[in-house]
This record gives sequence, C-alpha cells and structure tokens, in this order.
Amino acid sequence: MLGIGIIQGLVETARNFFGSYTSKQRLTTVQFPDERLIQPEAARVFPFLVYDTDDWEKGLRCVACKICEVECPPQCISITKSADKKPDYSGIYSGKPQFYPEKFDIDVSVCMSCQICVEVCPFEAIKMDNAFELSTDDRFGGLMWDKQRLAMPNSHYQAIHPTDAAESDAALAEKKAKAEAKPAAAAAAAPAKPAPEKAGAATER
Amino acid sequence: MTTQAVDQIFVTIKHWLVLQSPAVIQPAVSVLLSVLPLLIIFPSLFAVTTVLERKGLGRMQNRYGPNRVGPYGFLQPLADGIKALIKEDIVPVGADKLVHFLAPLLLVMTAFLEYAVIPVGRNMVVADMDSALVFFFAAGAAMEVSIFMAGWGSRNKYSMLGAMRAVAQMISYEAPLILSSIAVVMIAGSLSTTTIVERQAGYWGVWPYHWYVFTPWGMAGFVLFMIAATAESNRSPFDLPEGESEIIAGYFTEYSGFKFALFFLGEYLGMFAISGLAVTLFLGGWAAPLSFLTFIPSWIWFFAKLMTLIAGFIWIRGTLPRLRMDQLMNFAWKFMLPMTLVVIFSAGIWRFMPSGIVRWVVCAIPIVLLYWLLGRALMGGRKLEKRTYRFAE
Ligand code: SF4
Ligand code: SF4
Repeated sequence: MLGIGIIQGLVETARNFFGSYTSKQRLTTVQFPDERLIQPEAARVFPFLVYDTDDWEKGLRCVACKICEVECPPQCISITKSADKKPDYSGIYSGKPQFYPEKFDIDVSVCMSCQICVEVCPFEAIKMDNAFELSTDDRFGGLMWDKQRLAMPNSHYQAIHPTDAAESDAALAEKKAKAEAKPAAAAAAAPAKPAPEKAGAATER
Repeated sequence: MTTQAVDQIFVTIKHWLVLQSPAVIQPAVSVLLSVLPLLIIFPSLFAVTTVLERKGLGRMQNRYGPNRVGPYGFLQPLADGIKALIKEDIVPVGADKLVHFLAPLLLVMTAFLEYAVIPVGRNMVVADMDSALVFFFAAGAAMEVSIFMAGWGSRNKYSMLGAMRAVAQMISYEAPLILSSIAVVMIAGSLSTTTIVERQAGYWGVWPYHWYVFTPWGMAGFVLFMIAATAESNRSPFDLPEGESEIIAGYFTEYSGFKFALFFLGEYLGMFAISGLAVTLFLGGWAAPLSFLTFIPSWIWFFAKLMTLIAGFIWIRGTLPRLRMDQLMNFAWKFMLPMTLVVIFSAGIWRFMPSGIVRWVVCAIPIVLLYWLLGRALMGGRKLEKRTYRFAE
C-alpha cells in the first residue's frame, strides 16, 4: 500500500538513532585529535630528505642531480646545485666528494604526494614521510619547506616504513660493497694487465 | 503560587509593567512587551534546533554530530553565529542591490508576522484577530515574494532556478495546506486561532477527546497539513529549491555572511510558525494532553508540542531522499488535493451527524477508500522492486 515504504524507512532511521546510543559498534567515527588510527605502513604524505650520521647538513645523501626536480609532475621542487663539492660524509659514494644542494625547497601546498620523486632518485636520498598535519598560518613562507626542514635521519625512515627502509639499506649496502670491491680488484689486476680492467669497468657500468 | 498564577505569570508581569509606565506610552509599551519575547524566544529556539537537528541527523546516520564546542557541542550555534557575522558580505556585481539586500530581511519579517496570531499559551497571543488564519496564510504567501526577490535580485541562473522551483512548489502546496485547515474552520466555526483552541478544550475522562487530531478527518487533515507544511518550509524531502547537489543552495546561492544566516533563520522561523499553527489547529493548542497534567503551565505544553513536531520534521529529513520536480507536482495535484477535498467532505458529514462510534466510522470510510484507490491508481499497476545496479556490482 501507499506509504508503507516511508514507514519502513522511518523505522530504519529510528533504529539507527537509538542504536547509536546503545551500541558503540555502530559509531565508526574516530574522534580525531583525541583518538588516532594507526597509520598503515604504506601511508605517504610528503617527501623528506634522508641524511646519515648525525649532521643533517653534511650527511644529506642528495647530490643535487635534479632528476626529481625535472620529474615532479606539479614542479614543486626547486634545487640549486652547489659550486663546490663536499666530502662523502655518508660513505655511500665510495669516498668521492659530491655536489650537494645549496638550496632544496619543496612547496607543501603544491606537492600531490605522488612519490615520483622517490621513485626516480638514484641515490635513495628522498623518501616519503607520513606526517600529515602540515597546515600553517603562514601561507607564504610556511608552506615552502627548505632543506633543513626537509632533512630527516635515516633512523626516522626505518621507524616509519621499516620494510621499505630495509630494502633501501640493503640496496645501498650492496652498492657500497660493489664500490669497495672495484678498487680492490683494480689494485689486484693493475700490475698485470691495465687494459682489460678498463674494459671490465666499462661493462660493469 | 497557585498553578494558575504560574500559568499566567507572563501575562501578569506584562500587565504590571504596562501599568507602571506613563499613560501616554502605555499602548506602545504593551505592543513592545508582546512582541519582544517572541523576537527573543523563537530565534533562540532556532539556535537550539539547529544543533539538535545536526546531532539528531548525525545519530540517524550513526555519527556523533557536532560535539566540540561547549558541553556536548551545545554552543555550536554560538560559534556558527560569530562565524556568519565576521564573514565578508559579498554582493554580486550584476545584482539588483536593493532587492538583493531586502530579500532576507523581508523573509525574516514575514516569518515573524506569522507569530502574531499563534497562541503560545492561555491568553498569550499577540493579536487576537477574528480572521487570524487568513492573516497567517497571507503572511506566509509574502514569504514566496521574498524568495523570488532573492532569486531574481542575485542575477544568477542557479538562484533563479531555485526561486522558480520554490515559487512553483509553495503555490502548489499552499492549496492542500489551506484546504486541510478549512476542515478545522468548518467544524470550529471560526477563523480565530484562540477560538479554535477553545473549541478543542475539555477532557473525556483523562483523554483530550476534543482535539481535532482524534477525529478521522482531523487525523488525515493533520497528516496532509504536515506534508504540505514540509513543502511550504522547503524542508527535505521537498528541498528542491535549495537542492545543494543540483543548484548549490538555489535562491540563496549568492548570499554570504549574515544574510545567509538570515535565510536560515527565516526558513526555521517559517517552520516553527507553521508547526505552531498545526499545534493550534489539530493538537489542541496549549492544552495539556491528559487532564491530570493541567498543572503544568500552558506555554510549556505549547512548546513541547511544537518541539515534537519539529522532531518529526528532522526525522523525515533524516529518512527521505529529495523528490524530483515531476514527482513533487504529481504528489501535490494528484494526491494531496483530492485527499484534502475528501477531508473537507468528511468534516461536513461529521458536522451533521450525531456523535458516537457510527459517526467515526462513517467519516473514516471516504478517506480510507480514497487513500486506497489513489494509492492503486497512482502506482498504475507498477510494482516497487529492489533496484539492481548493473555496473556497480
Ligand atoms: S611527491 Fe610528487 S608532487 Fe610531491 S615532490 Fe615528489 S614528485 Fe613532486
Ligand atoms: S633528491 Fe635524489 S633525485 Fe633529487 S636531486 Fe637529490 S639525489 Fe637527485
């Protein structure tokens, strides 16, 4: 009959209304600032720059190659390459001095959390953070994060994304091992035959 | 203090205050003292209702609703009010400045006018007119003008669409609204709201036997009246004029800041007024629902009934989705109108039959019959089926 559906609907909402007072299960709301959900490990919001050792400026892994700047879809990274080189403080560049970013800024308000910068970086130097409360009342300076604000120790990465960090550390260790093995092999081969060593190095690269 | 003194406390205070003032300004003071409490009470009721509504709707959707400002979120309207006040007031360049400015004021003013004839307690009515009902509906019709002014003055297509929808809807539903109250007027023999309340007074044992809602025509009339009232006050499911998802708030798209808040106020005031009228016409006005409860002051009963009806509005809003325009019009002209006509017919029979159970049954028959027939005819043999979504699943 006409109107039955409406009455059924009314009963349903009434059940919800009273049910929400009696059963906590119905209320799925998380009362955010007081209660927080545990973030899944893959959560990502905004990139940070990884540094090793305990000096954020010298320990930055970034070599200012600008790949991420070019690849970032909304173009929110801006890097100035240094004129001089700094010593390999992290020990991942086989001791060779490297360029470093004089300026490394990312605009929080433009970044779209796509993680492309992380994917393209060949040096495991930039990773995604999961901190999400980034709002500020200073809408000009406060949204442009400089390299000091972006710098985070590797231990932070290990803490928030343990699986990825383990992979990244393993990759670096492998690279380092290879780099260490190379001069040793070269030293062994050099006295005998200098030419094949060069060819071998070329193929290796 | 006797219960009667408590019941009449506001009336007594007013008389005393009027007598204290110099004779020349006594009429003015009297008017002021009648009007001012309404100007304070109903907007505060609006504030309370908004937070209750949001909490209630939240609970119906298994959410908490606002619970941050003040204890249990009850200071939310204060925060909203401050926010509305300090917002920038934007007037579109192409707008008709005067009309754009006047529309919200006119809406609130006409809504307040309607309260003049609603008795909120024993001897508590601003203007005890003989033609109170006519006045009420006339003031209600002026609301349509202000809504159209808002839509026209904004110079915005969405506003215009919203305003045209609003006018079409309000005029269509005004017919059943007025026709269903005509039944009451026929039985009470008066257009005066105070007389209508008096006619419903008295108890049979403990029961409020004379309330019009307890007659077959009154019950049907009450339901029809409330449906039409929902449409008149642009409440969901009849909120097509606003239709946030289609025309971005309709006629008040171009309003911001406090003018926007005024529209909300006007809308809620209209809803309170029309619920107040429903209480007066069908639910015995300020009378207590059971004879032994008469010691509670009449004005408390009036507001209790009013809030019950408002709760009904909120419940409906939490349940039904918005109608389509053709459904809206079909419902008004093909269902509501014939139903109200048969309610008037039934009230006519009621008037001329001797009271008793036979009268009750005889009066109920045409209403139930037409309801059943209309239900069948309008469905047109179609069956409601569970909708299946081909791609979503
Ligand atoms: S996450 Fe995406 S948008 Fe953000 S800085 Fe990296 S590449 Fe740019
Ligand atoms: S973060 Fe990586 S990709 Fe970007 S400039 Fe530094 S080293 Fe190159």
